[in-house]
Order: sequence, then C-alpha cells, then structure tokens
Amino acid sequence: MTHKFSILVVDDEFIVRDSLSKWFTQDGYKVGVAENAAQALKLMNEGPWDIIFIDIKMPGMDGLELQKRIKEIDPNAIIIIITAFASVDSAVQALKEGAYDYITKPVDPDYLSHLVKNALKQKKLTDENIKLREHVSELVMGEELIGESPQIKKVIELAKTVAPTNTTVMIRGESGTGKELVARLIHAHSPRRYFPFISVNCGAVPDTLLESELFGHEKGAFTDALYRRKGKFELADGGTIFLDEVGTISLKMQIQLLRVLETKQFTRIGGNEIITSDFRVICATNSDLEQAVKEGRFREDLYYRLNVFTIFIPPLRERRSDIPLIAKYYLEKYATMMHKPITEISPEAMDILIRYDWPGNVRELKNAIERAMVLAKPPAIRPQDLPIQLIEEEQPENETLEAVEKAHILKILNKTNWNITQSAKILGIDRVTLYNKIEKYNLKRNRVA
Amino acid sequence: MTLTKPCKILIVPIYPVDLELVLTLPSQLREIFKCDVLLDNTNHLNLLSAYDSSREQFNSTKIISILLEKFKNFNGKVLGVISIDLFIPVLTYVFGEAQLKGKVSIVSTFRLNEITYGFPENKKLTAERLLKEAVHELGHNFGLLHCENYLCVMHSSTSVEEVDIKTASFCDECYKKLFGQISTEFNDHHNGE
Repeated sequence: MTHKFSILVVDDEFIVRDSLSKWFTQDGYKVGVAENAAQALKLMNEGPWDIIFIDIKMPGMDGLELQKRIKEIDPNAIIIIITAFASVDSAVQALKEGAYDYITKPVDPDYLSHLVKNALKQKKLTDENIKLREHVSELVMGEELIGESPQIKKVIELAKTVAPTNTTVMIRGESGTGKELVARLIHAHSPRRYFPFISVNCGAVPDTLLESELFGHEKGAFTDALYRRKGKFELADGGTIFLDEVGTISLKMQIQLLRVLETKQFTRIGGNEIITSDFRVICATNSDLEQAVKEGRFREDLYYRLNVFTIFIPPLRERRSDIPLIAKYYLEKYATMMHKPITEISPEAMDILIRYDWPGNVRELKNAIERAMVLAKPPAIRPQDLPIQLIEEEQPENETLEAVEKAHILKILNKTNWNITQSAKILGIDRVTLYNKIEKYNLKRNRVA
Repeated sequence: MTLTKPCKILIVPIYPVDLELVLTLPSQLREIFKCDVLLDNTNHLNLLSAYDSSREQFNSTKIISILLEKFKNFNGKVLGVISIDLFIPVLTYVFGEAQLKGKVSIVSTFRLNEITYGFPENKKLTAERLLKEAVHELGHNFGLLHCENYLCVMHSSTSVEEVDIKTASFCDECYKKLFGQISTEFNDHHNGE
C-alpha cells in the first residue's frame, strides 16, 4: 500500500541519510538520498517526492534556502526539517515558511512513524482535493462552445479575458446561439468556479414568481409559501448568477434588481433579515435593449449597470464553416447515447446543413441532428433524415414571361411546402389554375429535404 | 508449504544477554521458518566500537557490521540477541535492526522487558515479544517489508503496546512472499554448490 509514496532525505551526514533511508525502505517507501542542496535539486527532476526531509545545517546552500527552492518547483511537497536542538529557532523559521513539521535528532521512532503517517494522510487529502477541483472544473465546463471560425474564437477569447475579473458581462445574440454556454465558460475560468453557477431564465418565470425565485421567501410570506426558501441570489453566494432574457423583466423588478446589484444585500420576501451575498452577474438577451430604454420599457440606470462588458455571439449562418464541426460533435454524442452505429453525415446531407440558414441557431442544429439520428439508418445521415427544408431561390431559365412565371410559381410552392390552397391564394389565382400551371411547366416537388 | 532442505538461521547471544530468553527461540523459529536453527556458543564479541557514551546506548548498525565480519563464512541468516538498549543515529532507540534482503539482524530485549517501563518483570511476556521481534527482523533479512495488516508480525511496531497487538505469524501475503524467498535462496545456494 505504501509503495506509491516516496521520501527524499537531504542531509550532509551519511549516517542520518543511511539510517533514515533504511528505516523508510523497510516501510515500503521509495527512498532517495542527497548529501547537499545541489544534489537534492537535481533529484527533484526524478520526483515528485511526497515527503522531503531536509537538514537545516548543510554546507553550501542551507536547508531554509533549499526549502524555498523546492517549494518553487513543487508547491505541494511536504517538507520536514531535520535539526539539532541548537537550531530549533531556524526550524521555527522554516515552519513559518511552509515546512510541515520538524524533527530534532535523535527522534523518537514512534513519533517519526506517526509524523510520516500524518504527513502522508495530509498529502493524500491535498492530492484528492486537487483532483476533485480538476473534476469540478470539468463538470462546470459541461458542453463546450464548438467552432474554429474566427468569429467564435473571438467570443471564446473575450470570455476568457473577462473571466478572471468581477466585471458584469452582457451576452448578446440570437436565440440558440449558446449564450448560457458562454456564461458557463466565463464562470469556469473565473476564481468563482468552485462555487455555484446559478442560471435564471427571467423570461420563463412569471413576474410574480420571479421575485421569490431571485430573493427567496420566508414561510408564510404568501399563501403557498409553506416553507422558507432560499433565492437564487443567496444560492449564488461566492459564485455567478446568470440572468437569461433579462430584457423581459418588469419595471418593478428592474428597480429591485438594480438595488441588489448595487448593494449585494436583500431580504427574503416576508422576512426582515438582511442577507448579503457575494455574486457575479452575467446576463443575456436577444432583444434590442437600447430600443427598450428609448421606449421606457427598460431602466437606463439598470442598462448601464448590466452593460459593462458586452460579448456578441454571431448567429450560426454567419459562421457556416463551424456547421460541420458542430454537426459531427452532436452526431457522435447522440450515436453514443442512442447506441446507433451512425458514424457520418452524407455529403449531400452536409451540404444541406451548411446551406440552411438556421434561424434557431446551434440549438436548432442540435435538435435537427438528434431527430435525424432517430430516423437514420446506419452508417450515415442522409438528406431525407433531416427535418429541415432547403428552399432554393429558383432562377428563371431566361427573361421570357413564361420562364419568370414558372420560377415564381415554384418559389411560392416551396415556400408553402407545396400547399396548393395557400400557394394559390398568394399567387392570386384559383387552385385549378395552379394545378394547370404545375402541369404545364412540369413542376415537381424535388428539393424538400 | 514445505521445503525439502531449507536454509539455516544462526542465533547469536551477545553478552550481556538473558540466555533463558534466547533459549526459547530456536524451536519456535524452526517451526515458523521451517528451517534449521542453530545456536552459536562463542558468546564473545567486542562491542566497544558500537557504544555511544553520550547516549549510553549501543549503535545497532555497528553491531550488525561486527556480526557480519565475524560470521562472514556462515552460509545462512545470523540473528544477534542482546539485552542492552540499541539505537540508530537518527532515532532515540530501536527494538532491533536488520539488513533488508541481507544476512544479519539484531534484536534487543531491553525495551521489550516490563522492567524498563517500571513494571515487575514478566518473562513470559518478554519471551513472546522477543519472538515477534526476532521473526520480524528475520523477515526483513528474507526481503519482507513492513505490512499494513496490524496482526501480521511484519507490521511496524514502535512501541511495546504495538508489539503486543500483533501476532508472531505472517499474514497470507507475507507468508507467500517469505516462502518464495526462502525457496529462491535455497535454490541459489544449491546452484552455487
């Protein structure tokens, strides 16, 4: 069990190196010895060492200096100072500079045994903690922003630049562009990443409930308030609160929100206790806030409070080069989830994906791939599996009235998904006339994917 | 697991020593290690170079060197038994010391004896502790490391209380390693002959 741990003994006295080395070897540790600081620093390349015993008095670089150098190389190394009674003061100095403990020669074997066991226990906990933190970071990252286009790279760069600060961020972009993903990216790269990321969709919660959702309520604050409930601002303490669709909140709530953003203090509904919470605000909107301010629907002071640093996410149609990457990402994801051996998207289907305008952006593309995966037969997604319609702008074959009429009728038919009644109405002709024209021009429903 | 011809263990009582305690060892060690256990009767070693007057203790590493030199022609393991307090330079005391995968080990009855802790002498208890420490050090000679099983004789003990908790037997894992080791050493000796 103890084989995985390693101990380095740095002492100029052979007898100390030798006896400690034998002692720890019998305990099953990997043991290294160095007779001076230079040798020890060289051995650091063979590490990491879990525990490093350093003699405080050595010719050349002394133990205190060596401790500093080692901490620069491996801040997590556990250092135990070896000292004689005469240099206990230096040992105390070493403790102040981060040594785990010190032993005075000769040391009680029982004490040494417990010291090493405790040090390793701490080391194990520290290592576990580091691993967990890394794991948490991975979890916080969740789904990633996919793309290689300059536009999305710029978004990621901006998000990472603003992340370490406490600045309020406003994320703008059409629905489905991944505003929450950008917010999570900012949180994941901020010092707040070990604390909660709380997401509130302001547009999805009725105004009456939003107040309780954000600030919480005390038991009995209103008819259905049977229990006390913490609000999102309180839950986001130490972390980040993401206010999605912030443009939809009422003027009354805007005043309350402004107050909380400025003071970081609030009370739960029906309560008197003032709650202080340390949160960072990231908000998102796809509405024209500037217009809303002009029209008096959105408070100007709140607008300036929120609009400190803006990140604009371009719609998918403006970064078509990312479509194959995103499509393949979701293809692999759903293939694993659905246990379907579908490994590719046919070139024809990919062509449609790239040329489609994606008004619902990445969310729509994701849903399209999911649906196609259900219908598709291995090994590939084909055009007929896609739930989207690609409407071609039919160009007249020439400038004659007949050619222009043919192209226009086809365009309207495609637009209405070949709904004859609707098309006839748009064209201002009756259904029979339309059927005749379809027959005359030999029109076929051929580009519906 | 039995061996047709196991290697030998030589017990060397070193003056000052309680011979009565030493005499309890051979038969038990023979049973545990399933090999020949001999008792040395030269009984004289000059330990002056191992004595540290400032600590009033004997350096066990130095005694091991003396034993190694004296029994350099002996083909087996050598276990020294003594009744004085032992130390290695960096530690205040040791119950014993062994050369890992080596030839020589030493155990002291000094800190295994209840008298050291101000209690009346208990020979039976001291003999039990001595057996455990002798088996432990010989285990190191045969290449065994400390074991985390607190009942195994190879569990590291830095106090008599811990010695009392463990048994004089090897856990299954150490047992397998030990007899693999004895078997290998036996074959090596045979091949060399």
